Amino acid sequence: MAQLQHKVIVGLEIHVQLCTKSKMFCGCAVEFGAEPNSRVCPVCLGMPGVLPVMNKQAYEYSVLTAMALDCRIPTFTKWDRKSYYYPDLPKNYQISQYDLPLGENGFIEIPLESGRTKRIGITRAHLEEDAGKNLHTAGNFSQVDLNRTGTPLLEIVTEPDMNSGAEVRALAVELQRMVRFLGVSEADMQKGHMRFEPNINLAILKDGVEYRTSIVEIKNLNSFRALERSVNHEEHRQLDEFLDTGKVMKMGSKTTRGWDDEREVTVLQREKEEAHDYRYFPEPDLMPVKLAPRWLDDIRSHMCELPLKRQMRYVEQYKLSDYDAGVLTAERSTADFFDEAVEAGGEPKRVCNILAQTGLRKANEKGCSIAQLGVQAIDVAKLAQEIETGRINASSAKTIFEEIVKLKANVFSRATVEDPLTVQRIAEQLNLIQKSDAGELEAIVDQIIAENPKAVEDVTSGGKKSKKAKGFLLGQVMQKTKGQANPKVVSEILAKKLG
Amino acid sequence: MEQLSAKELRDRIAAGQTSSVEATMAVFERIRQFEPTIGAYISTCEEKALEAAADVDKRIVAGEPVGQLAGVPVAVKDNMCTTFGATTCASRILENFHAPYNATVVDKLLAADAVIVGKANMDEFAMGSSTENSGLKQTVNPWDTSRVPGGSSGGAAAAVAGGLCFAALGSDTGGSIRQPASFCGVVGLKPTYGRVSRFGLVAYGSSLDQIGPITQTLADTALVLNVIAGHDPADSTSVNEAMAAACDYLEELEEPVEKLKIAIVPEYTAGADESVQRALSDAIEVYKKLGAEITEIDMPHLDYATAAYYVIATAEASSNLARYDGVHYGHRTQSPKDYVEVYSKSRAEAFGQEVKRRIMLGTYALSSGYYDAYYLKALKVRNLIRGDFTSAFEKYDCIIMPVAPTTAFKIGEKTDDPLQMYLSDIYTIGANLAGIPGISIPCGFDEDNLPVGLQILAPAFGEEKLLRIARMFEKETDWHKRTPPIV
Ligand SMILES: [Zn+2]
Repeated sequence: MAQLQHKVIVGLEIHVQLCTKSKMFCGCAVEFGAEPNSRVCPVCLGMPGVLPVMNKQAYEYSVLTAMALDCRIPTFTKWDRKSYYYPDLPKNYQISQYDLPLGENGFIEIPLESGRTKRIGITRAHLEEDAGKNLHTAGNFSQVDLNRTGTPLLEIVTEPDMNSGAEVRALAVELQRMVRFLGVSEADMQKGHMRFEPNINLAILKDGVEYRTSIVEIKNLNSFRALERSVNHEEHRQLDEFLDTGKVMKMGSKTTRGWDDEREVTVLQREKEEAHDYRYFPEPDLMPVKLAPRWLDDIRSHMCELPLKRQMRYVEQYKLSDYDAGVLTAERSTADFFDEAVEAGGEPKRVCNILAQTGLRKANEKGCSIAQLGVQAIDVAKLAQEIETGRINASSAKTIFEEIVKLKANVFSRATVEDPLTVQRIAEQLNLIQKSDAGELEAIVDQIIAENPKAVEDVTSGGKKSKKAKGFLLGQVMQKTKGQANPKVVSEILAKKLG
Repeated sequence: MEQLSAKELRDRIAAGQTSSVEATMAVFERIRQFEPTIGAYISTCEEKALEAAADVDKRIVAGEPVGQLAGVPVAVKDNMCTTFGATTCASRILENFHAPYNATVVDKLLAADAVIVGKANMDEFAMGSSTENSGLKQTVNPWDTSRVPGGSSGGAAAAVAGGLCFAALGSDTGGSIRQPASFCGVVGLKPTYGRVSRFGLVAYGSSLDQIGPITQTLADTALVLNVIAGHDPADSTSVNEAMAAACDYLEELEEPVEKLKIAIVPEYTAGADESVQRALSDAIEVYKKLGAEITEIDMPHLDYATAAYYVIATAEASSNLARYDGVHYGHRTQSPKDYVEVYSKSRAEAFGQEVKRRIMLGTYALSSGYYDAYYLKALKVRNLIRGDFTSAFEKYDCIIMPVAPTTAFKIGEKTDDPLQMYLSDIYTIGANLAGIPGISIPCGFDEDNLPVGLQILAPAFGEEKLLRIARMFEKETDWHKRTPPIV
């Protein structure tokens, strides 16, 4: 048997739709799901005589993202025309950036399942306008919807640094989290805000000789699942093909495949990369962009602590589990809310538990962010403190949290909700304050001891039954106090009395 | 009536000595009389014009404020978008195209209360030097109807010369305002690149195109420039007011430039016809008499201007004209086999020869493997030419030279020889490559009684001084007062 080892090599092109109000080069609204050809104007329709005007916001969003990707940010960039004929491209050229992208030579750290991170190189990031959409729904002709035409797209190209479907997925997820934290994209997969094109081939070591398979590009993937599975599928397909045919990479050969989501296979689209000549040349209708230091500083001032860094900080600083830290940093609003509650005096782990177990679940139910539930960060800090001191228990904290959400939903009680004493008042109203007064509890414990001589005997005799009997007595006290006794205090009293 | 300049007419209308309706009706009377011969317009809009004229008259009678061109009938080259009538670029591919918006200059004319009478003929997509490349009609020179009016703004120049309007807007990519102005004996100004908004001007060579006035007098040029100049947020290449504010070009027009220093480039212009040379020497004498100092200079890189121009302009054109594909608007071929045929057949059927030639030239120049040798090299030449002008203007106020090597040539004389035709622009192209302003003013006639134009070039954003220098000449001569025999 021949000795065979292989490694999959993947680089990724990602298109991220920026969340600007208007399009890249005209004033039309960027809007998903509007009636076809209702968000268009002479400029994005490519009418004769129109001229583009750069959307400054889109440029700033792009530069901010490139900064977050640790790219070198050139102070001089320009626009180029990329020519190709397609019905969804009204000008038959796309305004893009060719040889002077707005960011280059960066990297992104991605979390691995092992808990470690891996650095993936970023080749370049540039801004361009999106094309429209061809619709083939009506008879023997096609229609074109140009609502999407001119939407700002940030194209990010990575180095071929990924070596598994899982890593490719991790990068995509991390990038999604990053652009959301930066507030530059909604990155909503359902709306096509992120589109992926992986380039995949294999390095195969056979009998001590290394072979490379031809690069395959998979077009237009718009879910993490399809992305990961298509890479995994391609890995096996290429290995099988190599074993069958022995075919290896030829210079410049690259095939294009599509992903069949139902059959979960990649399908050949173009055998040879067509000799595309895009005839790039500088866009004469737009001035080059010069990033003056002050503008650059202004963009930089919008930088935030990035999600992976923040996740790692939570683990390090607050001793949260990697999983919990990941949950808190999935959305910027959750992480910000968490920080605020911790700042207000909540013990991090308890705050985390309240948010993860109650807050996020509730927010999910309502389809909003934690901050939009109406519970203040200070309320959560208070809840954490009350648990800490033993005045309430975790399940009461949940009840109080949900009660505040309920009150908040009723506009008339808004004033009550904003009262900093909310937590305490609701706890009292709902009788959720734990009895921790040793004197009061001692009397009840005495009563229970008197009523249950058998159990007392089991405890004092030690041995097998002791533990169970202790639990029984504790349960009796809890029952007597309708669950309001602080179990920790009761246990202490029991231990003292029964040795 | 046609003897009046635009400014004189405006003043008379404002003073109530005549009305805009009267002037507009007179213009349409002349159009009915001479347009069948001259063929200056692709379309006219009499009803709309008379309505606009009546509105101006009403407001003047009511003592309401009116714009700078109130009541003056003007023409617009048919490559500027208007919501009224078609905007065809003299191309069959846009023959029935109705723009959903006005070009910025059109809005400015309307805001100045000008009365737009029609859209002037031109070479298809402004590609040509004789207006013979129009896909829709032929325009002749009012001075000799067997000759071309020049191009590509031939319709606009012929309309002004023939009294079919009082002023017109043309566009100039390689001489398309100045050369027809010269051939038709009128004034034509190509402003500095960025001085006038290109928004709504159907692009030919985007980095070279510029809109400018074609008029009977320099005062009219100043007046129209006042109306159309200035920054436009819709055109990123239009110059910022803070960098070079447009001013009132009429205000100082009559002030001669003191200690005027003029450069001439005899070596470069040696190839011009004798009659053109003679008119140029006479013009130089006029300036000498006015106290100007004339110096011969060398512009070493201008010899390459035509070559560089035909690479840059066609490269940009090949991209600018890609949108005319039969998919979204304009001519579409009948029953295409597939979408590729929508493109290829629609374009093959509706573009004219010269347009196809330039699209092919430009596509070739931008193709991978040829880009560096053609497009990039042309850009380098362009920079050298810019440098030549910059250093000349460090010492001299302006450069004067002929507009074109010849006067108006015969219809059909050059249509079989595109290279010969390209050479009609040899003296005008430099200003487009350098982005500087240039003007053509009447400076004499040849033995066939055809007008000769004098070209004056000035530094970027130096329109104010350029117009004053030209006005010094106009005051001393009466070439501009002659009218074509047909009139
Ligand atoms: Zn638009």
